[in-house]
Amino acid sequence: MSEIIILADVNNNELKESTAEVVTAALSLGNNPIVVVPGTSPEAAANIAANYEGVGSVIALQSDCFATYDSAAWAEAIASVSPPGHLLTSSTSRGKELAARLAASRSATVVQDVIEIDGNTISHPIYSGKAHEKLALSGPSVMTIRSNVFKPAGSGGSATITNVNSSSDLRTTLKEMVAKASEKLDVSEADIIISGGRGMGTPENFEKLYNVANILGAAVGASRAAVDTWEEIPHSMQVGQTGKTVNPSLYIAVGISGAIQHLAGMRTSKYIVAINKDGTAPIFRHADYGIIATWEEALPLLEQELGSLLG
Amino acid sequence: MVEIVVLVKQVPDTNAKIEIKDGRADLSMIKWITSPYDEYALEVALQHKEAVGGSVTALTLGPARCDKTLKDAKALGVDKIARVDVSEGYIDSFSVQSMLAEACRSMGAEVVYCGKAAADTNAGSTGPGVAQKLGWASIANVTKIVFGDNSLELMQPAPEGQAKVGVDLPALITCDKGMGEPRRANVKGIMMAKRAVVDLIDVGSFEGNTSVLEHTSPPQKPPGKSYEGSEHVPEVVKLLRDEANVI
Ligand SMILES: Cc1cc2nc3c(=O)[nH]c(=O)nc-3n(C[C@H](O)[C@H](O)[C@H](O)COP(=O)(O)OP(=O)(O)OC[C@H]3O[C@@H](n4cnc5c(N)ncnc54)[C@H](O)[C@@H]3O)c2cc1C
Repeated sequence: MSEIIILADVNNNELKESTAEVVTAALSLGNNPIVVVPGTSPEAAANIAANYEGVGSVIALQSDCFATYDSAAWAEAIASVSPPGHLLTSSTSRGKELAARLAASRSATVVQDVIEIDGNTISHPIYSGKAHEKLALSGPSVMTIRSNVFKPAGSGGSATITNVNSSSDLRTTLKEMVAKASEKLDVSEADIIISGGRGMGTPENFEKLYNVANILGAAVGASRAAVDTWEEIPHSMQVGQTGKTVNPSLYIAVGISGAIQHLAGMRTSKYIVAINKDGTAPIFRHADYGIIATWEEALPLLEQELGSLLG
Repeated sequence: MVEIVVLVKQVPDTNAKIEIKDGRADLSMIKWITSPYDEYALEVALQHKEAVGGSVTALTLGPARCDKTLKDAKALGVDKIARVDVSEGYIDSFSVQSMLAEACRSMGAEVVYCGKAAADTNAGSTGPGVAQKLGWASIANVTKIVFGDNSLELMQPAPEGQAKVGVDLPALITCDKGMGEPRRANVKGIMMAKRAVVDLIDVGSFEGNTSVLEHTSPPQKPPGKSYEGSEHVPEVVKLLRDEANVI
């Protein structure tokens, strides 16, 4: 018998919401998927996973190796409790790495960033989203599921939970964790992103973007020109071909021209708003709502409107 | 003497427009380049050799056109260049991981570098998959490395910030931007590369379990709306709420 296995997206024993989307994806391949929840104390996260509608059973996988991230050790522990069959997880950077390792250990094919599943046919973007590739599966696979594509599974399920302890040797040692400068939301995790480009003029002007972001619960991103020009704008904020690929519900591009390498990282956003003083900027060809204006004029109004609507 | 292998891939120019012809991406007119993150990996591999000594081999998998990517690597200063020879067309990730792992093993690799993802698939499956096949540790998306005699100290992004991680060799490292701009070839390097010979490696064949049904162009969104002047901001905010339902 071949099972459908879901590797839950867990960080520090906290279950990420994207797991609910992976459940929906898994249910289109078969019934009663098994959710593997890794953690140093995975009980609480396992309880949430057991609640997702359609889940067959949950394995709460306890191991000390999950205290720090070590892809070899994690993959070994997860593989030890995962029966044969398709295995699915979220398409985060850790998810993709673990998927690649688990596929290699299961002699299966790995397909990243799946956006559609139809029987044994799956689709994923290639060439930075400039084409989609439809693949036929002829055996078990490991796949990662793009976020914000599948609807999250509802709650109301009551799957049984099995507790398993495992140990695996760490291959790496964590020497130091250098915390982020502040509790800023990362673009790869945000459902709304407001990004600034070279048109922002100075890095200090990014404050205006943070003002809007704070109202929306959004993350602030940047173009490569902004990252390369200003030391204060770290590479972790960069969206695009050589930065992060994002897929939010709403992407607001401010003072960004819309170069093909920038589009590569955000073109699949559900809605795109562009604010640019140049009406011929390529970003307007991709924007659902374009505002031809300087940010000096547009951002204070945006902040004010959103503030009265959501503040 | 560390045996350093760097995996490089030839990909379509990231600026290229991708046309679909008969259900397949038409790459016949495409300009081919070395995948940008692999250029960072090459830079790191050369820095590793400069720091502690050793030998660097650039390894690729692909048809004969990929020799250009290897010669470009040779011009930068790698010692050897090698290619797993496969024909043009789709190769399943399982086969790629298996063949490259075999090739690394046959070369006696002690450390393998590659880019964090190839620009064509953007998958990032090859590095960690090869590490798993070799039974090695792997560290992904690395932005900084200190080279020791038989170990590395690396910086890697983590949900909490940046993790400083230590690993003993053998290990596989996937490289992000951060180790400085990749060096450029000089005239002498380019002349040397012209005469360099590509080692062809045969590692047998592996069968994966996917096949391509078709390529399609992504669905086009309906044309957007444009507004002239910031006085339209309130209107757009209203549409984001009522039409798009995203705020
Ligand atoms: C291999 C490679 C990889 C790359 N990877 C990336 C990547 O990952 N991400 C990325 O973003 N780029 C990437 N690039 C760079 C890309 O080609 C562009 O150079 C870059 O995106 C331009 O950034 P920008 O839009 O901020 O700047 P510009 O192109 O300079 O645009 C600035 C815009 O701001 C507008 N503006 C100016 N003043 C104002 C104002 N007061 N109010 C409103 N608008 C104003 C201007 O009209 C202009 O459209 C890459 C390039 C290469 C070759």
